Amino acid sequence: MMGVVPVVTLRPVEATPAMLAAAVRNVVGEAVVRTGKIKLDIPPLVENGNTVPMTVSVSSPMTPDDFVRSIHVFNEKNPQPNVGNYYLGPRAGRAQISTRIRLADSQKVVAIARLSDGSFWSATADVVVTLAACTDEVI
Amino acid sequence: MASALINVPRKAKRGEIIEIKTLMSHIMETGYRHTSTGEVVPRDIITSFSCRYNGTEIFRADLFPAIAANPFITFFTVATESGKFDFEWIGDRGFTETASASITVE
Amino acid sequence: MRPACTIVMAVLLIAASFARADEIPPGERRSGFTFMTPETQAMQDDDTANPGMLFVLDGETLWKNKAGAAGKACADCHDDARTSMKGVAARYPAFDKALGRPVDLEQRINLCRANHQQAAPLPYESPELLALTAFVARQSRNMPIITGADPQLAPFIARGRELFTQRQGQLNLGCANCHDDNWDKHLAGSAITQGHPTGYPLYRLEWQSLGSLQRRLRGCIAGIRAQPYDYGAPELVELELYLMSRARGMPIETPAVRP
Repeated sequence: MMGVVPVVTLRPVEATPAMLAAAVRNVVGEAVVRTGKIKLDIPPLVENGNTVPMTVSVSSPMTPDDFVRSIHVFNEKNPQPNVGNYYLGPRAGRAQISTRIRLADSQKVVAIARLSDGSFWSATADVVVTLAACTDEVI
Repeated sequence: MASALINVPRKAKRGEIIEIKTLMSHIMETGYRHTSTGEVVPRDIITSFSCRYNGTEIFRADLFPAIAANPFITFFTVATESGKFDFEWIGDRGFTETASASITVE
Repeated sequence: MRPACTIVMAVLLIAASFARADEIPPGERRSGFTFMTPETQAMQDDDTANPGMLFVLDGETLWKNKAGAAGKACADCHDDARTSMKGVAARYPAFDKALGRPVDLEQRINLCRANHQQAAPLPYESPELLALTAFVARQSRNMPIITGADPQLAPFIARGRELFTQRQGQLNLGCANCHDDNWDKHLAGSAITQGHPTGYPLYRLEWQSLGSLQRRLRGCIAGIRAQPYDYGAPELVELELYLMSRARGMPIETPAVRP
């Protein structure tokens, strides 16, 4: 279901806003993405980009008629734009996931929720990273 | 030495929403690092995580290199019946690990 | 390390040469835990979210594995670690009579393997040695550090303090210049802590792995552009001994989480 990010022969050190947009389009297609319902909890200033705690929650009754199907998280400046996809359903009870992510630089993180009625909702967070992850050299 | 830490409440009331926390040891090598001689260190990550509750999948996740090492994932589910949670992690180079936890639902 | 570090350190160097390196008064001592963000603190406090606990779990398994030509497990002599290892990490590094010098916990484990299990020593920073050390140290969690009480350790503690205060390397900096004199300041965005090893082996976000105090010390020494001592060198053990006795009274936090 998730499309493949285009392969480039020159390895990009940084993703571009275009890559982020393409990755989002792979999930939502031509649908309108509205802001609201979804909350992205991520520290505005992180100590170390290698391990950034993140919680995404969507306000939804989570009944068989009205629930969150999936949550998709993207980033702006890591070497590639996807962070994670989380597939829920009415049995979840609460649409909330927590995890730890890597951020290669200060950048935007975008979370998009897909609801059972086919609508998409997004939230964006700006994160400042003082020590970068991903592209550190091995010593 | 792969190992997993799972946190599932031992008991719950029917209909109660419970939180499940999982932690799996894995280097999550991004594939973007280089050795001192310039060679790329190949990608080696967990790509997928799933949880089944008495055989039915209740949660699934796709993981990418942007997920930190030793992936930590928490999610919620409704406690419907006593039984078993089965967790599975799948990744590059044929990585596959499983774990399970029981729950009593009254 | 990043270029910004070098410039900032040079400035500190000039400032520090006029400051006297004195030990931090006991009332002002703070664990590295208190310098972290609430999110990282929460990671340490939750055993099911602390990645260091994965290593502790591995250590628990290794504790029961038979090893070496003698085919013995740690458990065969030491039984339940919860009882037998309680308080041990809180008094390490300790004096080893046979060697006539202090040894740290990693060395003690390898000495046990050699002397009692007839097993080859585990390499420094190997997952197995880290797991066993973390498992043993975990049994002292929340207990106050009492390292250094043995009078036989006095000359080695003095040597450790010398190593801590001596200026070295291209930047001509001593540990004390930052960790005694400037711990309430920042270096290139990171807080300078007091350098108390209360939670080792610990999960460092920068390493994305558990690591030993010796790994951290070698990293620090390389960072001030000095030649780091080899793993297991007496200088590192003396530094560990001094640092632990300097932290006397503070509780063990193993496995800690640090940025």
